[in-house]
Amino acid sequence: MSKTKIKTQTKWNIKGIENWGWKKHPLGATIPEAGNAADYKTGGWRSNRPIWDEEKCTNCLICWINCPDSSIRVKDEKWDSFDYDHCKGCGICANVCPTKAITMVEEGGEK
Amino acid sequence: MATTANKATTKQTTVAMTGNAGCALAMKQINPDVVGAYPITPQTTIVEEFANYVANGVVDTEYINVESEHSAMSACIGASAAGARVMTTTSSQGLALMWEELSIASAMRLPIVMHNVNRSLSGPINIHCDHSDSMGARDMGWVQMFGETAQEAYDNTIIAMRVAEHEKVMLPVMIMHDGFITSHAIDRFDVLDDEVVKKFVGEYVPKRALLDTDNPMTFGPFAMPPYYYEQRKAMRVALENAKDVVLKVSKEYGKLSGRTYGLFEEYRLDDAHIAVIVLGSTAGTAKYVVDKLRDKGMKVGLLKPRLFRPFPSAEMADALSHLKAVAVMDRSDSIGAPGGPVYMEVKAALYNTTKRPHVQGYVYGLGGRDTGPDQIETVFGDLQKVARGEEAPREAVTLLGVKE
Repeated sequence: MSKTKIKTQTKWNIKGIENWGWKKHPLGATIPEAGNAADYKTGGWRSNRPIWDEEKCTNCLICWINCPDSSIRVKDEKWDSFDYDHCKGCGICANVCPTKAITMVEEGGEK
Repeated sequence: MATTANKATTKQTTVAMTGNAGCALAMKQINPDVVGAYPITPQTTIVEEFANYVANGVVDTEYINVESEHSAMSACIGASAAGARVMTTTSSQGLALMWEELSIASAMRLPIVMHNVNRSLSGPINIHCDHSDSMGARDMGWVQMFGETAQEAYDNTIIAMRVAEHEKVMLPVMIMHDGFITSHAIDRFDVLDDEVVKKFVGEYVPKRALLDTDNPMTFGPFAMPPYYYEQRKAMRVALENAKDVVLKVSKEYGKLSGRTYGLFEEYRLDDAHIAVIVLGSTAGTAKYVVDKLRDKGMKVGLLKPRLFRPFPSAEMADALSHLKAVAVMDRSDSIGAPGGPVYMEVKAALYNTTKRPHVQGYVYGLGGRDTGPDQIETVFGDLQKVARGEEAPREAVTLLGVKE
């Protein structure tokens, strides 16, 4: 193993990546930036959307613990919002909520 | 293009060793960071000898004992992605078990070097030589180089490391020699000093590595339809680049050793009217037959492919253009196809050229069946008839030496 310092990109600009030519992609399809999966918006897969009722919520944050996609945002230790760019609508949050503050509604239906 | 002997610029030692021992010695001299390997006949003595080097502390290699070849290649992929210089070896069913990892290694652009000591594929189960194992892996994005002798097996190992790690290639390299014939027979050949090899292969400095924690990156991500195709194009270009890189590295190696290899070897081909194309150890027997027939005044020659992937189509078409008839001898059958793999490549290489010889295909020596000079003389006899303008005496592809 070489001790030589390896030089790589720090911030990977993926603007227009869908149309990049073969020369522009990193060797072997590597992703030269940690944590950029957040840039990949997968919320479009969702067919049911969770909605939140402020009146019923006790900020126990059990939903935040259980969300498999880190799609529940918390601010100052309080429930803040859903990250609809990444929420797949699995309904786990609604299922675990002890006060029924989260319910699932069909996408495209009533807000 | 031909193999040439020039004056070596460095001291060498003449040894008496098996081809496999020569490969293990080359591995010792390269001193890779990681070897993940599983023993299988006829490759076993390479890993045995290399394990000795590890146990005796003469190499710094992390030797990973794995439970299968599937795991061997997986370990190699992980280690190579981590930034290590990685080598392994296998044969036959072992290569078959590595199948899904082979194309992952090439697609991830990992410069792993692997010996595949040629052995027939089951079934029926058989441990002896043919090329069906490595020919089955010909579309996996690996560079493939065949050697005839223990000397070539040794030399190719060292050259392969530089080819794999070349920035224009960055692909795994598979090097072949014939099971038992080359792997287990003791041969006389010349080896370089450890220090010379160490300098020749140099230090591997990966441009991307999982162990570089200051620059975290993801290897082997999912690629949806907008991205997959471009990666495959990049692999095709890199594999094509390997042709020039093999020549360049072989030339540099030739300066050291006095042995310069081309993409293929031409033996008494210049003024020949008919020729045989055969790779691996049978090329040695064919050279004997060429000499014998030349003594009788026949204008015969030989072309021995060295690089099979990338296939040097244009160069080979050029080298064959002056011939009247050519026989391609394949030590593997592509069942259901018009002929063996080398036959099909040669024919395809010639099709769009204006000046081209008649091509006759032969399959020989499956499962280690001996191929003696008499069989090769039969082939030249057939070619002579074709060259005289007679109708080809056999079918498009003949299974030579099979009992009817």
